[in-house]
Amino acid sequence: MTPSQDAKPQPILEARGLVKHYGQVVALDGTDFDLYPGEILAVIGDNGAGKSSLIKALSGAIRPDAGEIFLNGEAIHFRNPSDARRFGIETVYQTLAVAPSMNIYENLFLGREIRRPGVLGSVFRLLDKKKMLDDATTYMRDLKFHIQSMTQAVSTLSGGQRQGVAVARSAAFARNVAILDEPTAALGVKESSMVIDLIRNVRARGLPVILISHNMPQVWELADRIHIQRLGKRIAVIKPNDYTMSDGVAIMTGAMNVN
Amino acid sequence: MASLGVETIVAAIQGGVVPTGYTDTGVALITANPVDGVDSEGVGYGYENCWGDQNPEVLAMAMELEGAAAGMMSVEEMAAAIADLGEEVIVGLITKTETNPFFVKMREGAQAAADALGITLLTASGQFDTDNASQVTAIENMVAAGVQGILLVPADSSAIVPTIEWAREQGVIVIALDTPTNPEDASNALFATDNFQAGVLIGEYARAAMENPDAAVIALLGLPPGITVNELRQGGFLEGYGIDMESDQIVCVQDTQGDQTLGQTAMENCLVANPEINLVYTINEPAAFGAYTAIENADVADDVMIVSVDGGCSGVEGVVDGRIAATSQQYPLRMASLGVETLARFVITGEAPTGYTDTGVTLITANPVDGVDSEDADFGVANCWG
Amino acid sequence: MTHTNQERTSSTSLVNRVFNIIAAFRLGPFLALLVAGAFFYIQNERFILPLNISLILQQTSWIAALAIGQTLVILTGGIDLSNGLVMALGTVIMTTMAVENGVNPFISIGMGFGVTMAFGLLNGLLITRLKLPPFIVTLGTLNIAFALTRLVATTTIGNLPDIQTIFGERISLFGTTFTYGAIVVFPLYILMWFVLRETAFGRHVYAIGDDREAARLMGIPVNRILIQVYVLAGFFYAVGGWLLIGRIGSGDPNAGQTANLDSITAVVIGGTSLFGGRGNILGTLVGALIVGVFINGLQITGVDPLFQRLITGILVIVAVTMDQLSQRIRK
Repeated sequence: MTPSQDAKPQPILEARGLVKHYGQVVALDGTDFDLYPGEILAVIGDNGAGKSSLIKALSGAIRPDAGEIFLNGEAIHFRNPSDARRFGIETVYQTLAVAPSMNIYENLFLGREIRRPGVLGSVFRLLDKKKMLDDATTYMRDLKFHIQSMTQAVSTLSGGQRQGVAVARSAAFARNVAILDEPTAALGVKESSMVIDLIRNVRARGLPVILISHNMPQVWELADRIHIQRLGKRIAVIKPNDYTMSDGVAIMTGAMNVN
Repeated sequence: MASLGVETIVAAIQGGVVPTGYTDTGVALITANPVDGVDSEGVGYGYENCWGDQNPEVLAMAMELEGAAAGMMSVEEMAAAIADLGEEVIVGLITKTETNPFFVKMREGAQAAADALGITLLTASGQFDTDNASQVTAIENMVAAGVQGILLVPADSSAIVPTIEWAREQGVIVIALDTPTNPEDASNALFATDNFQAGVLIGEYARAAMENPDAAVIALLGLPPGITVNELRQGGFLEGYGIDMESDQIVCVQDTQGDQTLGQTAMENCLVANPEINLVYTINEPAAFGAYTAIENADVADDVMIVSVDGGCSGVEGVVDGRIAATSQQYPLRMASLGVETLARFVITGEAPTGYTDTGVTLITANPVDGVDSEDADFGVANCWG
Repeated sequence: MTHTNQERTSSTSLVNRVFNIIAAFRLGPFLALLVAGAFFYIQNERFILPLNISLILQQTSWIAALAIGQTLVILTGGIDLSNGLVMALGTVIMTTMAVENGVNPFISIGMGFGVTMAFGLLNGLLITRLKLPPFIVTLGTLNIAFALTRLVATTTIGNLPDIQTIFGERISLFGTTFTYGAIVVFPLYILMWFVLRETAFGRHVYAIGDDREAARLMGIPVNRILIQVYVLAGFFYAVGGWLLIGRIGSGDPNAGQTANLDSITAVVIGGTSLFGGRGNILGTLVGALIVGVFINGLQITGVDPLFQRLITGILVIVAVTMDQLSQRIRK
């Protein structure tokens, strides 16, 4: 589903003039950013372009020195990643942040466990494992993500399946935005395509996705729009249909200019 | 024992004569129930000589009596002689552990004597009963610090010998306390409680006090094989009782590490395998108390006799209330006072201390038996240490 | 690990299937307990007497209580070397306050709990705030506890009021007597097993040990939970102390000197990973019982005391190896 071509809808997530210095190094030099509802926006750029600083600012991992961030038109400030989560922005880190010995539904609800109703939940703080298991099963089915058993330990899953669990988790709890940092970096072809399908299904359920990737074929396959970061600024936003991959690389490295 | 060692080293420094040989600082059987044929002292005597929290007036009286009898030089006079030497005199005391009250009292006795004489005392100990490595380090460090003599209670009588020899090569006098080195002459001298005699006394007592000694079923709650103090005490017990390790009467032999809880576990398990046990040798009073709890829980307290060694105040209380039938009481503090006298005699006359200095071991029991001398529980309490 | 589900073929051989079941239910330690029991029964049939079973439980219960705290700490990927001596300090406080300072006996017990939990707090703060390794921190607090204990008492304190020795009181069951102390450990284990399985706190404890960074990124308050774990462990060390007082009838400043290793042995034999994040607290109970069974069985059989220690040492290695093997075969 791509954003409609007629009226310009309001961006869900917006940033204007983000600046970040690390000592002498300028990581962000007045970066702008727009993410529209229901789209997959890929963020590409060379090393040192400010990609990861941009994403960290949007996910609450760092605080920009200057600039504004808007969620649904309102200015917001993050003090830490938990703040971002509270605003409905979920991030899948490159390390995945899954607990290997715990099973799938435990990982899905890690840190956000559901308690049993009534006194058992509030006073004795007992977990509602059945509900978590059921919710997890239903949710994975909706995402068409096939797992044999929700109760198998994550460490027994393949790399792609583990990535899928992390992606599904962020999509489950993200009310507004899901940020995926290099989701297929460590995966082979077959597993990557499984994760790509999963990301598409996430979009199909209405959640916009920010995708950071070095993998140009995947970016061109998945993205609705492509944000190109260079030298601390957003120098272009292109559509994959309008430009080729080598064009994209050329823009990234400054060999080609776009207005 | 400790102060005797301190004084002897001082005397050696002053008089230039190195002490040698075995000086028995004594062991006495203390019991409230003497039995015929076994020498023992009663509890009144035991308190007079006990090591531990003690009535100072009683101690002063004892010193005065003994001092007057020996016609000796006073401590002040000896201190003056040391001050005249004009150099700092340093000695060291190394015990097995910090925790056993026996060694705590030994250290206090040595410190008191050192303070009275104006000399510096360094102390150290191991982490556990058989910790040889810490004692090696302590000897090395004390020699480096410039001690003229070291008093040592060896954790491992053989393993410490090379370090002792090294220390002696540096010109330091080493005196073994309470437990001999192996070989005995590896140290300059030995001031020991006769642990063997302590065992003999309780063995003889047990033989005389048991109704049917040749049919008694015996448990030995001691220490691992090779640990000298248990070899001596347990060996003495067997000798005093008139049997050897091969005897069929011995049905259970365990290592309690001298610990109360482990002693209780060992006794409980011995009783499961051999419910007819009616005589128990214990290496020390904590083990004895553990054994008593076990027999009390098994409802056989009236049928089982426990004997022990140490003479600590809590141990004598055990004799008073009947948990321990008899215990051999030893006297680290008494050694302090006698050691002072011996050293003074040496300084005055130039004679090296020789021979057997018996500070006594006394059998304390509440139930004397014919033929075994003992003292009663009151004596034991009056003389106990702790 | 890159096998897919399809690649993991389950062998039809009986041995493999048996191993799978053993590993799935972590029955390894329990089987070892049964085998050990059978072996000692063959050596001396008095081993199986209710009297002896009661003894084993009494001998083991205070270490088992310590091991509850140790399990919690090890599950988070830490370790507590101070627990034996902290327990000893607790018992000495409990008894000295009541007997020598005239404090109400029950309040004295409370003071003992306060001290052990304060040490837990100290451990937790040093580990989380100063980011020091638990091994080092608890090595230090071990020595502090040792010294403090001897400042309070150098000899055992007896003549205790009844409330303090209550866990030594007995009831009659199955033709013999059991102490309350022997029995009370079981419900404590069930309770903690339940907490670890069914509450968010329990799951977070596992997550922190499994992958601390993942837990942190998922918003779990890692430092807060670690401190809670160490304080809770301190609570169980005081329980162990109260049980020990009931067993030996006095406060003993020399108690617990090797209890730290004994509790770690129980945890390891019980199948909990020393790296954290994996393990079942009920396994610890079985581990503690295995050690108790061995000591009791070897002493009853009259094995030379030197060999007793040798065998107990070999036991740990064999038990852990069996558990590791069964886990690997399962995968």
